[in-house]
Amino acid sequence: MSKMKNGNLIVSSAPHVVSPVNTSNIMRDVCIALIPAMIMEVVVFGLRALALTAVCVAACILFESITRRLLGRPDTISDLSAVVTGILLSYNLPAGLPFWMAIIGCFVAIVIVKQVFGGLGQNFANPAIVGRIVLFISFATPMTTWVLPKSQQTVDAITGATPLGLFSKGMDVPSNMDMFLGFIGGCTGEVSALALLLGGVYLVFKKVIEPTIPVSFIATVFVFALVTGLDPVFHIFAGGVMLGAIFMATDYVTSPITTRGKIIFGIGCGLLTMLIRLYSSYPEGVSFAILLMNILTPHIDNLTRLKLNGVPAGGDK
Amino acid sequence: MSSVSKHLKGIHVDHCKNTAGQPIVQMPVPEKVYIPMVQHIGAPCQPTVAVGDHVKVGQLIGDNTAPMCAPIHSSVSGEVTALVKGMTAQGIVDTSIEITTDGKQEVAETVVPPTVGNKEEFLAAVRSCGLVGLGGAAFPTHIKYNPRNPEQVDTLILNGAECEPYITVDHMTMLEHAEEIVEGTKNILKYLNLKQAIIGIEGNKPDAIAKFNELVKNEPNISVCELLQQYPQGAERVLIYECTGKHLIAGKLPADVGVIVSNVTTVLKLQQFLDSGMPLVSKSLTVDGNVVKEPKNVEVPIGTPIIDIIEFCGGYTGEPKKILMGGPMMGRALPDDGKCIIKGNNAILAFDATFANMNPETACINCGRCVKACPMNLMPTALFKAFERKDVDTLKKYHVMSCMDCGCCTYVCPARKQLSFINKLGKSLVLAEGGKK
Repeated sequence: MSKMKNGNLIVSSAPHVVSPVNTSNIMRDVCIALIPAMIMEVVVFGLRALALTAVCVAACILFESITRRLLGRPDTISDLSAVVTGILLSYNLPAGLPFWMAIIGCFVAIVIVKQVFGGLGQNFANPAIVGRIVLFISFATPMTTWVLPKSQQTVDAITGATPLGLFSKGMDVPSNMDMFLGFIGGCTGEVSALALLLGGVYLVFKKVIEPTIPVSFIATVFVFALVTGLDPVFHIFAGGVMLGAIFMATDYVTSPITTRGKIIFGIGCGLLTMLIRLYSSYPEGVSFAILLMNILTPHIDNLTRLKLNGVPAGGDK
Repeated sequence: MSSVSKHLKGIHVDHCKNTAGQPIVQMPVPEKVYIPMVQHIGAPCQPTVAVGDHVKVGQLIGDNTAPMCAPIHSSVSGEVTALVKGMTAQGIVDTSIEITTDGKQEVAETVVPPTVGNKEEFLAAVRSCGLVGLGGAAFPTHIKYNPRNPEQVDTLILNGAECEPYITVDHMTMLEHAEEIVEGTKNILKYLNLKQAIIGIEGNKPDAIAKFNELVKNEPNISVCELLQQYPQGAERVLIYECTGKHLIAGKLPADVGVIVSNVTTVLKLQQFLDSGMPLVSKSLTVDGNVVKEPKNVEVPIGTPIIDIIEFCGGYTGEPKKILMGGPMMGRALPDDGKCIIKGNNAILAFDATFANMNPETACINCGRCVKACPMNLMPTALFKAFERKDVDTLKKYHVMSCMDCGCCTYVCPARKQLSFINKLGKSLVLAEGGKK
């Protein structure tokens, strides 16, 4: 045919441009959003908490790399999802937890929950949540030995109860301001509502998450507490609500896709959290609430399937 | 403004309209042109000339009696030197007529303004002009203008959205030929007996919007609809919805919702044919991309090899690795730069390896960006999982047939999955299954 100068061009299907957002920079943004809480864990609990986070991150990366290699699959460290899991898991542990226990949690999260099911995107539940729950059930005492904030430690008491623990025993709870800032007992990363909210605002601003799930989750907890005559501000700042609502329940893989689905998911998480807090023997229910809603996610997705434009309601063939 | 309160979803892509405001320059006649006998949807034309024949500009060189076909005319004067069989820019293997030009550009005697007094004569004129949809789909215009349900069709929509990045030639055409486009619109309304015309223009072209608003201020039947600055406003189904509020579902034609959609350049070429009798023999297009020395808007004879156009634009500044016919969202990547311009062609974009390299695919993280981007409200994440399982029932249940290949889902996917391509494969899977039954 006609003359040509370049005959070995790349042929691919359209579109030929893609948005700059990829999985790695989404995960990097999540890590950035977790930095304020990391600063607060050091301020509140000292460097032991930071060491715990470092151990968890290292263990998660190592487990991910080894498992992928053993399964003969390409390495996925660079997507940073293992780093996120490590940070989140460490945020769900008491600051004084022995490192070897934390490493077992990382093994459960990365190997059992994530890689055995096929790796990123295939896990049915949030790996960090399951890691925490397994540790919680296996090592009940160390997992509920709460280090007190350094500012509240005395010569003979460096551990004490969390605000929810005090609440379930009917004792005096810390002021809402202390709870907002994070000077309370609890898991390393969950104590400071302020730091977590800052991270959440960053994620919404960077369009990594939509506020739908956090808002419906927190609002449900708030309203539930209000209706049952409790202090709603206490309940949204206590325990893992902020960490869970902003960082764990918004995990793409294990939460619904549509807005309606997200609202149902958030409300479900809030309701289960409060039911567990008020009517079960556990003082705290965020982890179990999210896990149960993770399991329901495929069904929620199925029920909230989008209607095709122009097809009248009910006319979906 | 758009008449709907709730807009369809879409994406924001960098406009990259580097050639905006550049006047359309006429390219000199190349040494040879290769005019493919299939440049439209429908039956290929049969050559009506033989090797050795002398042809003139506007002379009929290919036609077919099949109803779904648009005739093809010579874009140059010269001698037919070969009938070559090969792959055209559309990826179709068919005959092209090679014409060695003489540079005189003599106009054929048959080029005289048509006499048009009624609908039949109008449609005959549209056919003899060789007009096809110039937005890219290349659907024969005389078929489109003659719907099966003429009593229900009352609206003409002019597509001046030009939502693809880089391409600016329709914008320039609207600025340079607004009067003729309005004149053509009035003729279409008159002969097809339509009630109204709506000119849809994306909001990033305020000068074109102002110009048309000025021209149609005394035309009660013609209005301008400013479209969102969002891709893909120019996709037919999106455009119809944004201009009229009507949804066009898969498998239906615009006429089924009472609408005929034509690209602004199609209407211009029609009006120019009515005025001069010169059929569709040249096409204006944007030449751009990071290895093109002087990006330009050019008017070129149909059949011009791409390499000649690039050389007219100063040649390459680096090694091209990807050349697109059309825009980066829906354009076709060509295997070489020897392919030739066809009627429904509005851009040639040449890029180097930094643009062309494919990003490795990673796992779907269920983020839902594709779902939030799809103008049709499809769920690409469910579709690609169903395709991997070859699950035809789920593909149908999730309406894979409604995908219009706009590419929004692939654009936003952080895992770099080729979602819209997978939908194409999914559609052929459903069609193959349907054929079995």
